[in-house]
Amino acid sequence: MAEVLVYVDHVDGAVRKPTLELLTLARRIGEPVAVALGNGAGDTASALAEHGAVKVLTDEAAEYADYLVVPKVDALQAAVAAVSPAAVLVPSSTEGKEIAARLALRLGSGVITDAVDLEAGGEGPVATQSVFAASYTTKSRVSKGTPVITVKPNSAAVEAAPAAGTVEALSVTFSEQATGTKVTSRTARESTGRPELTEAAIVVSGGRGVNGAENFSLIEGLADSLGAAVGASRAAVDAGWYPHSNQVGQTGKSVSPQLYIANGISGAIQHRAGMQTSKTIVAVNKDAEAPIFDLVDYGVVGDLFAVVPQLTEEIKARKG
Amino acid sequence: MSLRIVVTVKYVPDATGDRHFADDLTVDRDDVDGLLSELDEYAVEQALQIADDADDAEVTVLTVGPEDAKDALRKALSMGADKGIHVEDDDLHGTDAIGTSLVLAKAIEKAGYDLVVSGMASTDGTMGIVPALVAERLGVPQVTLLSEVSVEDGVVTGRRDGDTASEQLQASLPAVVSVTDQSGEARYPSFKGIMAAKKKPVESWDLSDLGIEAEEVGLDGAYTVVESAAERPARTAGKIVTDEGEGGKQLAEYLASQKFI
Repeated sequence: MAEVLVYVDHVDGAVRKPTLELLTLARRIGEPVAVALGNGAGDTASALAEHGAVKVLTDEAAEYADYLVVPKVDALQAAVAAVSPAAVLVPSSTEGKEIAARLALRLGSGVITDAVDLEAGGEGPVATQSVFAASYTTKSRVSKGTPVITVKPNSAAVEAAPAAGTVEALSVTFSEQATGTKVTSRTARESTGRPELTEAAIVVSGGRGVNGAENFSLIEGLADSLGAAVGASRAAVDAGWYPHSNQVGQTGKSVSPQLYIANGISGAIQHRAGMQTSKTIVAVNKDAEAPIFDLVDYGVVGDLFAVVPQLTEEIKARKG
Repeated sequence: MSLRIVVTVKYVPDATGDRHFADDLTVDRDDVDGLLSELDEYAVEQALQIADDADDAEVTVLTVGPEDAKDALRKALSMGADKGIHVEDDDLHGTDAIGTSLVLAKAIEKAGYDLVVSGMASTDGTMGIVPALVAERLGVPQVTLLSEVSVEDGVVTGRRDGDTASEQLQASLPAVVSVTDQSGEARYPSFKGIMAAKKKPVESWDLSDLGIEAEEVGLDGAYTVVESAAERPARTAGKIVTDEGEGGKQLAEYLASQKFI
């Protein structure tokens, strides 16, 4: 059976959920071989084995953290040369997409980004993408070289599928370009204790209607009652009410949770682009004409300052 | 010596219009109004600011696209860029990101450059990979997705806000930079700027000017095939209630019925 390379996104050895989802998809195409780089790479092996990795190629060189993107491209290129895989799968983060693109160019291959589903096909893997602010669904495949495909979070379920997960050292020779862009300092994002926005099963968002940074505590309260991540519309972020790292929409994060609750968000195209593929959509907005109501499974026309606290209380009461 | 800045811009279908696919599954550009990609306005703005801070600089704005793409150049010139380059060729129809990066890299090399500035992504394709591809092709550092950027003494520095950390980056020129919508509001063209733009030079190049063969680009040269494109079925109309004092409780009831609580 053909091998499929899976690039591992991890923080000091802790594998992030989208990588485990990739293993599920990789198993549809072949045998997953994981590539883990940087500090803690070796520590990823047990989680990867548990989810189907037959092999884990690791290299803990300092270059992966000290320089931007290119060392990782060099490593994946070495892995492709070693394994001759049927495809290379990479999580669709901003960095993941850049790594995938440069790798594809070097391999003389095509690249597909932001797939939301992947299946085996007669002429190679077929990727489903959601385009034009999720108003269209396309199916594409790579027609030249080894397909390099990036996949968005929440595109597949995490499944247990125990495999050997044999750890092997990956031998990497860095290219001349590898040290071109130096990372002179790195500040980890402060943890809010809430789930990662793109990975969360439930996202609770606030927009212009929240009307002030101080009122976002209402949105956070609702999110916490559901164990959800907090999102914000561009209007709320531009107004300085909530950090850009929480922005949902075309120029922010694209989310695809089981449940999306939009509060005081009109639903402009720029926002819809980032949340329209959510499974269930719920909105609270005082404007009955707001376009967000065209998308919802359930909507409440009303003042969020009355509806949201009542909803939060009711959820807490029901959860006891 | 003059700092030569090339800004790459894209002419895209208006995102607020009704975007769709043509019969050959390329983006339909005929039936929808186009404009300079909003995210590229941030690139033009940062290029102009870097040029202002330099002793001597020239900002060239480069686009690849059909005849109408000149509108995107004109907008950037009216914001303050010095000159434009328009790469246009019938054989470019259907070119994918890999092919686009080839055309851009060849044009940037022909124009001469110290710094390339791009937007974070286009508003139509939204892949966000072209700056990385151009850097790979040019063999120069990629300093991308910056929320803050500055150039001093031949060194570009900037802040990249990633998923898990914020990074401070540094590279020597020549380099390829891309900037996000957090890098600073783009200026509006002044009336004077709009009038001046009409007199600024715009060169037109085709594939032969860049030494690129037709089969390297276009639909036939593409590295990916779109097999189908289907309009997403409209979401079935949901239930909408008006809050008369019980809206929060009703919503909780719905969430419970869907097993979210």
